[in-house]
Amino acid sequence: METFGPHQASGRDGIVVPPPVQGDGRLADNVVHFARVLRKAGLKPGPGAVIDAIAAIDAIGIGSRIEFHAALSAVFVKRHEDQPVFDEAFSIFWRSRDLVGKMIALMSPVAAIGERQKPKAGGARVSDALFAEKQRASKPKEEPDVEIDARLTVSAQEVFRRLDFGQMTSTELREARRAIERLAMPRDLVQMRRYTLSPRGRGIDARATMRQSLRTGGDLMLPKFRVRRQQPPPLVVLADISGSMSQYTRIFLHFLHVLTERRRRVHTFLFGTRLTNVTRQLRHRDPDEAIAQCSEAVADWSGGTRIGETLKLFNRHWGRRVLGQGAVVLLITDGLERDEVELLSRETDRLHRSCRRLVWLNPLLRFSGFEARARGVLAMLPHVDELRSVHNLEALSDLVQSLSGAPDRDCDPRRYLGSGRSQS
Amino acid sequence: MAETSGKVLPESIDGIIDLLSAEDYLAARPLATVLFLALRMGRPLFLEGEAGVGKTEVAKVLAKALDRPLIRLQCYEGLDVASAVYEWNYPAQMLEIRMAEASGVSDRSRLESDIFSERYLIRRPVLQAIQGEPGRAPVFLIDELDRTDEAFEAFLLEVLSDFQVTIPEFGTVKAAEPPIVIVTSNRTREVHDALKRRCLYHWVDYPSAADELAIIRRKVKGCNEQLSRQIVAYVQKLRTIDLFKNPGIAETIDWATALTELDRLALDPETIADTLGTLLKYQEDIARIQGSDGEKLLSEVKAELLAKAG
Repeated sequence: METFGPHQASGRDGIVVPPPVQGDGRLADNVVHFARVLRKAGLKPGPGAVIDAIAAIDAIGIGSRIEFHAALSAVFVKRHEDQPVFDEAFSIFWRSRDLVGKMIALMSPVAAIGERQKPKAGGARVSDALFAEKQRASKPKEEPDVEIDARLTVSAQEVFRRLDFGQMTSTELREARRAIERLAMPRDLVQMRRYTLSPRGRGIDARATMRQSLRTGGDLMLPKFRVRRQQPPPLVVLADISGSMSQYTRIFLHFLHVLTERRRRVHTFLFGTRLTNVTRQLRHRDPDEAIAQCSEAVADWSGGTRIGETLKLFNRHWGRRVLGQGAVVLLITDGLERDEVELLSRETDRLHRSCRRLVWLNPLLRFSGFEARARGVLAMLPHVDELRSVHNLEALSDLVQSLSGAPDRDCDPRRYLGSGRSQS
Repeated sequence: MAETSGKVLPESIDGIIDLLSAEDYLAARPLATVLFLALRMGRPLFLEGEAGVGKTEVAKVLAKALDRPLIRLQCYEGLDVASAVYEWNYPAQMLEIRMAEASGVSDRSRLESDIFSERYLIRRPVLQAIQGEPGRAPVFLIDELDRTDEAFEAFLLEVLSDFQVTIPEFGTVKAAEPPIVIVTSNRTREVHDALKRRCLYHWVDYPSAADELAIIRRKVKGCNEQLSRQIVAYVQKLRTIDLFKNPGIAETIDWATALTELDRLALDPETIADTLGTLLKYQEDIARIQGSDGEKLLSEVKAELLAKAG
């Protein structure tokens, strides 16, 4: 046992807590202040980071500006995306201390006005809960559109399931959201490289067998078996939030919120003219708050679309980071592209080649006479594995089923490709 | 903290730069600063950056310069405790049990303590790094952490904050002297905040033209001065245009070596087209540079160099 280390605390513990910086209390104050500025600016330095920062400055001594910058950056920045924010804050803060107050005010319009004035996202639901009866009474119910197959044989529930999201009243939308919460989520499992114990496994787990046999002093050796562990693959969602899509994206975000809550590795990106990663925002527990944060994060809600350009951005900057380990991609867009379609075709192809399965969800498919004639649609179709609609609850639950099992034959994109080409 | 072992740790940031430079690694000042801090504060250093900017090299060079063993844990999906931390030597244990049986030993607890002793323990990188050699804490490189899964990342939390692992049959093993830990990631996925919080973070960027030229001079012996300048200018230019995968320093060195081996003295379109494979690794990028874009790029580079010289 001699070679094993002694069990008392190592020398490292003495270093984590820095000795008080002698005669330089203002520096420590400034670092604390700086951390607060960073927090306002959206970084997340914890109290530990402040202690580290002071220790770091103490270790390097006040030397050149580059060193000082590097030291603070190493402690406060934990994501590359935060670097520009840090750099900006650093250059302003450590240039002149008079600017600090101004800067805090500049970076936090919310704090200046006061937190209370901002309406809570959950508030809408509270008022809904309180006044829903009144609203329901006052609002004349819209007639369902002719698109719905409302034969006498189908129940009200079924009519509702086929009602287009775009034509739902607010009450119905609320109902739809509740239905989404009850929806079973996909059970698509892929095999991992890790093992887990299982009575029906094929391979023998030597570690577990050995441990087990020791209970009887090594007399009885009953083999323990293991199988590959199974786990759902990452799910990456790219959702179009341009004007023509906005009704569908909102309700789809609810679907994604439930999905994000119930399974690991769901990444969500929203795009219009640019690409925004809202994965973190969707992790918020409250659905309304989560969606409010999403729309806050997105600068181009209900604007135009540049599908090819944003797909290119995704492929460059995110593809390699989120598409590993056999991801399934859901691409939600109507495919109405304004820019050059050649780029769109190339980037969809790349996206297709870097994921396991690319499913295109297109709300335009709800029209029974849908034909692939738009140039954007034609450019994308050859590169997707499935083309589905997402316009009502039924389509959503079909999607869930399809994700759990094999692709649906009805959703083969080639079907539309043939008809579209022949008629255009 | 580690004065007793290997070479003495440098006392200043310049010391770090000199130390690495002696091993032909040219570290920019920010990188040297965080390295110094990592050594001084006894914290793991988390290096992120594009592939081929020399993240792994930092650890290798540091180990060599400080005269310490380098222990490398290459991460991959499915990496588990058995292949990262420790494993028992089951066949040998089995044999021991049979031998005990044959010689009629019936003392179970002695048998157990016998077969779960160090003799039958196979040390994998994490355990090796924590135990170290007496008085010589190793440099522990956890390479491409982003390739492993979240479960392993969570396991590392204990290792990185307390430098200890727990072996159920054996007890907790704690490092007498914490290893110098360098974690690298290519950002193929997001690493959890909890892990990053325990580390100092540094983004390793592509080097500046001057730095890159100095690196080529050091690393590629016999590379003609004019050629090196052209190579560096060309690669720097390549990084500004919108490629799917930018060439890293490793690729620049490969390219310079290739051109030196081919006895070239200057860049020309054919040579570039023939050797582009050392620099670019995606077909679409290569196709693009082999086309008209490439020639335009080369003439721009040459004009710039001429302007600088004149």
